[in-house]
This record gives sequence, C-alpha cells and structure tokens, in this order.
Amino acid sequence: MAKPEFIIEVNHVSKQFEDGKFALNDVSLQVKKGEFVTILGPSGCGKTTLLRCIAGFQVASEGDILLKGEDITQTPPHKRPVNTVFQKYALFPHLNVYDNVAFGLKLKKLDSDTIMKRVRQALKTVGMSDYEFRNVDSLSGGQQQRVAIARAIVNQPEVLLLDEPLAALDLKMRKDMQLELKEMHKKLGITFIYVTHDQEEALTLSDRVVVMREGKIQQIGTPTDIYNEPINCFVADFIGESNILNGTMIRDRKVAFCDQEFDCIDEGFGDNNPVDVVIRPEDIYIWDASLEKKGKVEGQEDIDPDDRVPKGNFTKLYGVVDSSIFKGVHYEMTVKTENGYEFMVQDYHEYAPGTEVGMLVKPEDIQVMQKERLWNTFEGEVREGGLVRFLDEDWPVSDRALEPFSTGDKVEVRVAFERVTLLDHEDDGVLAGDVHFILYKGDHYHLTVRTDDGDDIYVDTNDVWDDGDRCGIQIAPSSIRLAKAE
Amino acid sequence: MKKLHFLFGSRRTWAWPYVLFLVLFVVLPLLLIFVYAFTTPSGEFTIKNFVQFFETSEAVNTFIYSIAIALLTTVVCLLLGYPAAYIMASAEMKTPAVMAMLFILPMWINFLLRTLATVELFNIFGLPLGEGALIYGMCYDFLPFMIYPIYNTLQKMDRSLIEAAHDLGANKKQVFFKVILPLSKPGIYSGIIMVFMPTVSTFAISELLTHNKITLFGSLIQRAFGEGGLQMWNYGAALSLIMLIIIGLTSFFGNQDEQEAQSVI
Repeated sequence: MAKPEFIIEVNHVSKQFEDGKFALNDVSLQVKKGEFVTILGPSGCGKTTLLRCIAGFQVASEGDILLKGEDITQTPPHKRPVNTVFQKYALFPHLNVYDNVAFGLKLKKLDSDTIMKRVRQALKTVGMSDYEFRNVDSLSGGQQQRVAIARAIVNQPEVLLLDEPLAALDLKMRKDMQLELKEMHKKLGITFIYVTHDQEEALTLSDRVVVMREGKIQQIGTPTDIYNEPINCFVADFIGESNILNGTMIRDRKVAFCDQEFDCIDEGFGDNNPVDVVIRPEDIYIWDASLEKKGKVEGQEDIDPDDRVPKGNFTKLYGVVDSSIFKGVHYEMTVKTENGYEFMVQDYHEYAPGTEVGMLVKPEDIQVMQKERLWNTFEGEVREGGLVRFLDEDWPVSDRALEPFSTGDKVEVRVAFERVTLLDHEDDGVLAGDVHFILYKGDHYHLTVRTDDGDDIYVDTNDVWDDGDRCGIQIAPSSIRLAKAE
Repeated sequence: MKKLHFLFGSRRTWAWPYVLFLVLFVVLPLLLIFVYAFTTPSGEFTIKNFVQFFETSEAVNTFIYSIAIALLTTVVCLLLGYPAAYIMASAEMKTPAVMAMLFILPMWINFLLRTLATVELFNIFGLPLGEGALIYGMCYDFLPFMIYPIYNTLQKMDRSLIEAAHDLGANKKQVFFKVILPLSKPGIYSGIIMVFMPTVSTFAISELLTHNKITLFGSLIQRAFGEGGLQMWNYGAALSLIMLIIIGLTSFFGNQDEQEAQSVI
C-alpha cells in the first residue's frame, strides 16, 4: 500500500446535534505528518467539536476521518493513536504527577523500568523533572498544563490534539508557553492539531491555520496568507484589526473606494464589480497635512522628516484625527475623511485628535475580496392579495413587482441590504431576530440578523446595534424585488 | 440604648441560645452518662459496670452481633446503592432529578411508620420475621443515605477526567476502576458512616421486625434504662459509653479518609 500523504484526513464531516443544529457542516481538512495546524474561530464555531471528532469523544454524523489512511471514524477513543491535552488539564486528582504521566503507559502494561524512563523523559521535556511526587493540586495552572502535556506526549502519539490548552493561563504565562509549545513541536516531531479562539496565538504557533465559523471552514492557509489575503470579511475582521470598505473594481489593478480610485495589484474581479476592500491599520501611512496644505513646506522631507511615507504617485486621502489611544508600541487612531469614512490607523507617531492628516496605502497593501452577496435573497411564493410568502411570513409587495407573476408562482425575492429596516421593538416588525454579526464598513454597519427560525438577513444601517440585540424586522413593499425562481 | 446595641449588636450575643441548648441537651447528658458509667448506684467510683459487660458473654455477643448486622447492612446498601447512584449520575440518564427524588421520597415518612408497614407487608405475604426481615428493613430504611452522597460525588466529578482516561487508552472497565471508583471514595465514606452509625445503635426496627426475638445492642441499652429500674442506669450508661466510643472511632477514621480523599479533589 502506498504511504498515505496525510496523517489525518477529515472528509466531508458533519456533526448534527439532537436539536438539528449543525456543529460541523461538511468539513474537510488534511494534515501532513509533523505539521502544526491550528483550528481557529470564535466560540461556538465547531472547532472543539472537530477536535473531539478526531479524538473520538464524538462521532461524526456524516463523513469519515482517516488516520494514516485508515478509517477511524467509529474507533473508540482508547484505541486511537492520538492523545489530547484538555483545556482544564483534566489531571487525575487522586494521582501524583508521576502517576498521572504514567497512566497511559501502565495501561499498556510496559515494564516499570521503561515506564520510569519514559515518564522522566517526558517530565524533562516539559521542564517538570523536580515535581514527580507532587500532588497535582499543589501545582499552578501553568505547571498543571505542563504535566497534562507530558501525560499526552509520553504515549508517543501520532497526533497530539490540544484543546485551547493555554486559555486558562494569564497573558505572560501564555506567551511563554506558546514559545515552549513551538519548541516542543520542533523537538518531538509529532503532528499538533491545536484549537484556539486567540488569533494571535494561531498566527504565532502554526504552520497552517484553519479558520472556522458556524461549523464551516472559511479559509485554510499559512499565517501570512490568512493575514494578508483574507478570503472574506469574516476572516479579515476576525484575524487582526482591519478597515473593511465597500468598493468597486473598476478594472484589473484599479479599485475605487471612499469616492476615489486607487491602484492595487488584484486582478480577475471583472470590470465595475462591487467588491470588499480590506486595509490593515498598520499599512496606512499618515502624516500631518496642515503643513502641506498651508503650502509652508514644499518637499515631502518636511512633512515626513523620518522618511517613512513612500514617495510616488499614490492616491491620498485627507481627514481629521478623531481619537487616539496609546497601545504600548504604537498609537491607534481613528481618522475621519473629508467624505465621511472612518479609518483605523496604527502608527508609532501620535497625531493628536483634531490634527489634519494625509493618508496613503501602497497598492500591494490593498486587499480586494469578492463580495459574498450583493443583496438578500430568499425563496418565495406569490400569494393572493398582493402578498409574497418568504421567511415563513406574508409580505405585501408592490403591484409593479408582482405584475409578471401570478398566484402560486415560485419566485426569488431580493432585498437590498440598506432597504431592510430594524426596529427597537421586536413586536413592531413582521419578523423578530437577534443581531448576530457586526461589520463596520467605514461609514455604515453591515449587520447579520438571525431570525428565530435561523434564517440570516443582512442589513446595512447607520444605527449602532450591539451583538445579541433583539430587533424587529420590517421591509417596505416597494423595496421587495422579485425574480423568476430558477 | 447604647448598652442594648452593644448587647444585641454583637454576633456573639446571638450564639448564646445555642450554647445554652448545647450545654443542656448535649454536654450535660454526656457528662451524666460519663459520671453514671463510672459510679455505683450509691455514687461511689467504680469500673464494675464495664467489667460486668465484658464478663457477661450474652452482652458481648449481642455487641458483636449488632456490629455484624450493621456491617452487613452497610455492605448490602453499598452494593445496591453504588450502581443506583452511578446510573443516576451517568450522562445517559435524562431525568436524574426525578430518580433521586424517588429514592429520597420514602425519607419524608417517619421510619417507624415505614417499619410498621414493612412488618405488615411481611405478614401479608406470609414471610417470617427475623434476621432476614431485619436486614431487609434496615437496608430499606438506610439505602437513601448511601445513594445520596455517592450520587453527589459522582455527579460533581469532572467528565473530562473520564474522557482523559479513555484518551490515554483505558477501556470502560479500566476507566471505572482507575478513575471513577477512586474519585468517588469520599461519597462512599460518607455513605458508609451515614448507614453504619444509625444501624449499629438501632433498637426499634429490630424489635418490630423480629418480634423482639433478636436483641441488638441498642435494645440492651434501652432495656437497662427502661426495664431495669434505677439500679441498672449505671450499667446502661456504661453500655452507652462503649457504643459511643465505637461510633466515635468509626467516624473518626472515616473522617480521616474522607478528608484525605477530599483534599485531592
């Protein structure tokens, strides 16, 4: 048999819970031997479920999981050559450090000399040699986690699964442990699959990052790929800070946003197509524009004494600093442009609120993304009396929109994002829902509102809503467009 | 006013009624038992009461028999109670609260009434009263005291420990004997103490369920005080003291183990 290329293969795995919700929805992932792969996502995205399916604590409803080419989908956890490091350590409180680490080896009925040798080696690897006979309760969180790692690696698993192992530690300890984990991974050569909600941790540690959301994989790539080339707004927003704006791809290498045209390096989005534009706050060059504008200085050297701002024919944006926060290494400033867009900018120099500033972005730092959707679409059916049924409700629709259709026709309902009205009182709307995801687009918010039936409605609004807010949903009859269902 | 505030404002003041209660109903009676046990009816110091107990083989046998019955009851309760608690605490159980309730429910009724009902049941089915009935009755009465503490410890147990054991290669049996059982020790100890202590000193249940045919140590004490007249009070006090020491010892050792087990959780 040919040596399988991947040590772990997850093929179209879905996990549905009893209430019908999908924790995993058609997830596929291949992991190479010796790789450090991080599964990253907000809480409830299914990352832990995926790990538990690989560990065997949960059985996938659909799809299969292969280990070295062998199907292990139904194999119970104690027969899988993988070991897990749990978030809350899960050390056995009735055993001391040595016996905890030796637990797996004793079950394998190895002779006590071998066990002692391997336990000592494992404890040495995690730097806990002097703690052999300590009660696990007397250890600090970091020490307990080291023991938990030793307990897992002592079994020499094919794959080590780590379920948010550092989440319970304080920041300083977490940073130290990150470095140590990375070292350990290099030294041991074991494949690591690591689950975390901390994007910085994921970027620091991994060879590859898997970004998940609501049971689906959004993007798989190296940390630099994920950071520099996010595939959609969710990834851009979740990984690092970003300015996300609506834009138009005028043609290859030319994109318009903030009512201006910019050079970029992206191609293949077509001409005059709406796109999302991502600009990282640290990629924006900023300088004091008042000097430049007043014409007191001529050369760029004077406004940019440190020679930081790139020279050349770049499109520039002008605005006024709105707020500035010191973040340790840099200042984080919000700048409001002349035409009403807000940008987050990070720079080592502070420009006080009220300062007129100029900004520019290099073409390679402008990331263009395909829009996931241009409007809301729902499946609908024409009813009598000028109504169309969609989202399990009857909505009045303008006669003009209804004209080509007759009662009983299946139609595709389209509603523009900005034509959906959100109301403070849920009873005032035709439907009620919760604000589920918020994206700031520079001059407005793009909200995902989830109805009680689990349907998503996308809304553009200038009003400020909070995640989890309850609202009523209303759509004016004139805003509902109908198209023939395909 | 100031004085009153000083008097009632202090938390210590509020403890006085309880101190009084404890002195009157716990400390004083204990002292009396102690004094009576070491004196003759006329009030002179003696250890004759204890000598009399150890010289009367019937009394010593009753004592040993009572402990044996109590131990047997405890073991039966443990064997019945642990699986019940385990099933209730297991994740597959959809309504553990209802089950726990059903086990606790009989405790709402006075145990004498339940015992009388048990006697009637035995009569209805024509079963003989005696040792078997006694053990049955005591297990029935004390089973909840075994189930509840074990259920509690099992329920509070971190599920991830079981997963960790599976993950490290333990099959279901190994998980039980290497993780679940050792970790449920505190519950087992409390259960044992809560069943053993009352059963070793019981007398009403044994009298009712055996038609006075079997005498337990509790009955011996009861008879010394109830039927022996004032002359026997000193002997009865000595018996009580012996039983107190035995119970004290078991709970002392039990507590030690329990604390040890508790400290590792």
